[in-house]
Amino acid sequence: MARLEKLPAGMAEHLLKVPCPQFEEPSFVHGPALAERRVAIVSTAGLHLRGDRPFTSLAADYRVIPGDVSAGDLLMSHISVNYDRSGFQQDWNVVFPLDRLHALAQRSQIGSVADFHYSFMGAVDAASLEPTAADVAGLLARDRVDAALLVPV
Amino acid sequence: MCTRAVGALGHYLERGGIPTTQISLIRDHSERIAPPRALWVPFDLGQPFGTAHDAAFQTRVLEAALRLLESPSGPLLVDFPEDAPDARDEAGVWACPLALAATAPADGEADTLEQGFAREFAQLLPWYTLAVERAKRTTVGLSGLPPEELGSFLSGFSEPPFPGSPLSDLPLAAAFKLAAEDLKALYAEAALAQPSPRRASAEEVAEWFWKETRAGELLRRLRQKLSHSDDPALKLVALMMLVPMEHAGH
Repeated sequence: MARLEKLPAGMAEHLLKVPCPQFEEPSFVHGPALAERRVAIVSTAGLHLRGDRPFTSLAADYRVIPGDVSAGDLLMSHISVNYDRSGFQQDWNVVFPLDRLHALAQRSQIGSVADFHYSFMGAVDAASLEPTAADVAGLLARDRVDAALLVPV
Repeated sequence: MCTRAVGALGHYLERGGIPTTQISLIRDHSERIAPPRALWVPFDLGQPFGTAHDAAFQTRVLEAALRLLESPSGPLLVDFPEDAPDARDEAGVWACPLALAATAPADGEADTLEQGFAREFAQLLPWYTLAVERAKRTTVGLSGLPPEELGSFLSGFSEPPFPGSPLSDLPLAAAFKLAAEDLKALYAEAALAQPSPRRASAEEVAEWFWKETRAGELLRRLRQKLSHSDDPALKLVALMMLVPMEHAGH
């Protein structure tokens, strides 16, 4: 459980000891009203298209997930075994809420859904993500995205 | 780990000019990293939108995360007020409805773990095929091996010589890890597709796989055997990436 008291003792202890990078002078970017935003999913679940390279190392690279992906074409190769996969196995929206985003766009609660989404594999050293995250920021900007929804597992 | 990664990504993407919001599964990590906007949810690791096949619930989580984008200042760390629906609160019990015969053939010889696993795997395979037909989807397919070959490939790591990697550009240890994930997914998908008095919780699926199946027993045995391997990559996969921490000790 994401309530630490419900996790096995060893795991909770381990998670609390994990070093976290510190950010001085953090940015806080503003945008238009939610109903005008273009939203992309940026996952750290190790998601990728069937046939794309699985995540097999602690490299801070990412995979591109086209917006017209279908549930049957999305796989998960996160290296950790210490989290549940049965949710994703039954319904991809548990991890990658693309159907839910499209429904919000249809109801005009958001402006639109991006043409491309992205996934990293979240067991990497968080600080090592900086260069590839900068690449993804550039790709998101080119897709006119002004809201990235970051989703861990 | 993933909450730490999305925390850092939030900072990096904003630095690149992209507004972000995020789900947090481990509140402590979000407190320490202080990403621009985060919604902490009290759900299982692996289930950031709470529960399968409940569009209304998933949408409430999504809307709560997106609403943070309209806040004028940050960093923001807001708690989602609802727990995910727990299958165990529903009436009835979940038990895997597949009768996986653990008994040896009638010739009186006790069979090995590998033989028992091969029989169990052969029994399960048609149910998996049916599950895929029903769901029109499978999450099996990481290793490059056809589903029906996963059993014999993994059993092959019981004793050297080990099988070769199914894909030329995939190192053996990675192929072993991905095949193990494929096997777990195959079992879970077959079990979850069966009619049952109620839904299964994440914990129940894991308990079933690790405590009641020969497949779970085989992976635990491989963990133990390969932890002495001369191949450092196989050793690392066996020790860290095969069996969940809470089931490794059985």
